[in-house]
Amino acid sequence: MAGTWGRFNMVSLVLGFAFLYLPIVLLVIFSFNESRLVTVWAGFSTRWYVAMLSNQGLMEAAWVTARVALISATVATVLGTLAAVVLTRYTRFRGRLLFSGMVYAPIVMPEVITGLSLLLLFVAVDFERGFATITIAHITFSMCFVAVVVQSRLLSFDRSLEEAALDLGATPVKAFFQVTLPVILPAVIAGWMLAFTLSLDDLVIASFTSGPGATTLPMKIYSSVRLGVTPEINAVCTVLIGMVTVGVIVASLVNKRRMRIAAGR
Amino acid sequence: MRKSRQPKGSWGRRFLIAVPYLWLFVFFLVPFFIVFRISLSQPAIAMPPYTPIFELDAGLSSFVQALKELSLDNYLFLLDDPLYVNAYLSSLLIAAVSTVFTLLVGYPVAYGMARAPTAIRPVLLMMVILPFWTSFLIRVYAWIGILKPEGLLNQFLLFLGVIDQPLVILNTTAAIIIGIVYSYLPFMVLPLYATLEKMDYALVEAAEDLGCTPLAAFWKITLPLSMPGVIAGSMLVFIPAVGEFVIPDLLGGSRTLMIGKTLWNEFFSNHDWPVSSAVAIVLLVVLVVPIAYFQRAQARARERGL
Repeated sequence: MAGTWGRFNMVSLVLGFAFLYLPIVLLVIFSFNESRLVTVWAGFSTRWYVAMLSNQGLMEAAWVTARVALISATVATVLGTLAAVVLTRYTRFRGRLLFSGMVYAPIVMPEVITGLSLLLLFVAVDFERGFATITIAHITFSMCFVAVVVQSRLLSFDRSLEEAALDLGATPVKAFFQVTLPVILPAVIAGWMLAFTLSLDDLVIASFTSGPGATTLPMKIYSSVRLGVTPEINAVCTVLIGMVTVGVIVASLVNKRRMRIAAGR
Repeated sequence: MRKSRQPKGSWGRRFLIAVPYLWLFVFFLVPFFIVFRISLSQPAIAMPPYTPIFELDAGLSSFVQALKELSLDNYLFLLDDPLYVNAYLSSLLIAAVSTVFTLLVGYPVAYGMARAPTAIRPVLLMMVILPFWTSFLIRVYAWIGILKPEGLLNQFLLFLGVIDQPLVILNTTAAIIIGIVYSYLPFMVLPLYATLEKMDYALVEAAEDLGCTPLAAFWKITLPLSMPGVIAGSMLVFIPAVGEFVIPDLLGGSRTLMIGKTLWNEFFSNHDWPVSSAVAIVLLVVLVVPIAYFQRAQARARERGL
């Protein structure tokens, strides 16, 4: 019986991962296509990468996106970690229910609603739309993802370590930075990376909250996709996928080394 | 639960709570009231394109006057035009069908991962998360090349001789469902895996020893025990899928109706801010029950983790 279950598990894993990865692999392959068509193979070529690099608008959008993602991920990590600490440590204060609601709701909230409501806020207070408003919008929804990631790490954290530091005379702030933070750091880093990619990725909320001056890469990709599918977009996508893959692998290697060093001590 | 060391009213504690609290209050909660307010106003050819309702500096009499001008016209308009009602209904239907398919695809994968040798589980987990890190837009875009009439799927099926003329999949509801299942699969697999991994499989073995068939044991033990994961995963797929914009826009073509797309068009093409606000408020009302349910389930799972 175990044999058939084992085979069943294998088959479902292989099919599941094929489903997840095949579209991405095909996209990458056709970015090297000589032809303008993305579905008929006509020989290997890197011309679409050259075209991409000489596309001024695309490069500017990439630069805007990178800056928004860096700033918003960093601020969101700080705010999200604070929110996680508040949710796990302070079990009773006035408005806690509202607070936990505001942390979990943005995770499932349809993007069109979040985008529209933030835009209307910025218009209501007459705040000029552009780089700053996209960044604020991204901080708002990605901090909630960070909070959830960090919270699950904090829940399994042994409080007695922190208590010991406090008993030995550390201030709460010092105890947090010297004891708690190093332990939850992998989750904080994972939260930062999640916030960073969520920001890189976002089309809908950025479209609502951006102004005339600021176009992000997803907005650029979206408007060219609407005009028609070209291998140039495949090339842009391949570069983004490559960057993310390298980033994730490096992060996991660094993490492994850290753990090995910690274990060796 | 140990008592917090810090005294109740300490400034540090207040500050810690206030910072994320205020941020979410100002940028998440307050905007909803503004959306609600604008949904009750009239469209105007101006910038911003709606008649202002509350002028903060205009005194009480004009406030009362403004209250009288509030109207439910936009909501009546939504009810009156079958386009909107149909868009809500078909969004709910497409999201529900997609959620069921995501569960059917995701469950075997999560189960396979949970029963895999402990050593390779982290690698499998990483492999589920990795596509999630790559852009949503890119992953949806990838399906255009696969699903279109002269696309790779049709080429492949024609080559195999399964079909003799291309199937029309792109720009249909089927394409939207494929897109949702594909894009949201990690959201389903991760919570399922979390519950299935923690499960005690000795229970299944005991049931089988007592004469249960594997299928009956799955039905009576594994499935009920994994219900928290099933619920969390389904909510994570269903709720955002109802308001999805990118997938119906890129894969569904112009004829398929989903409310996220309607809202987008109302806003960006028709520039009718009051009506798009009303669309958003109704969508929120439709989703408030599942969202509240999701939050309760989340909060309870966290409390159990303590």
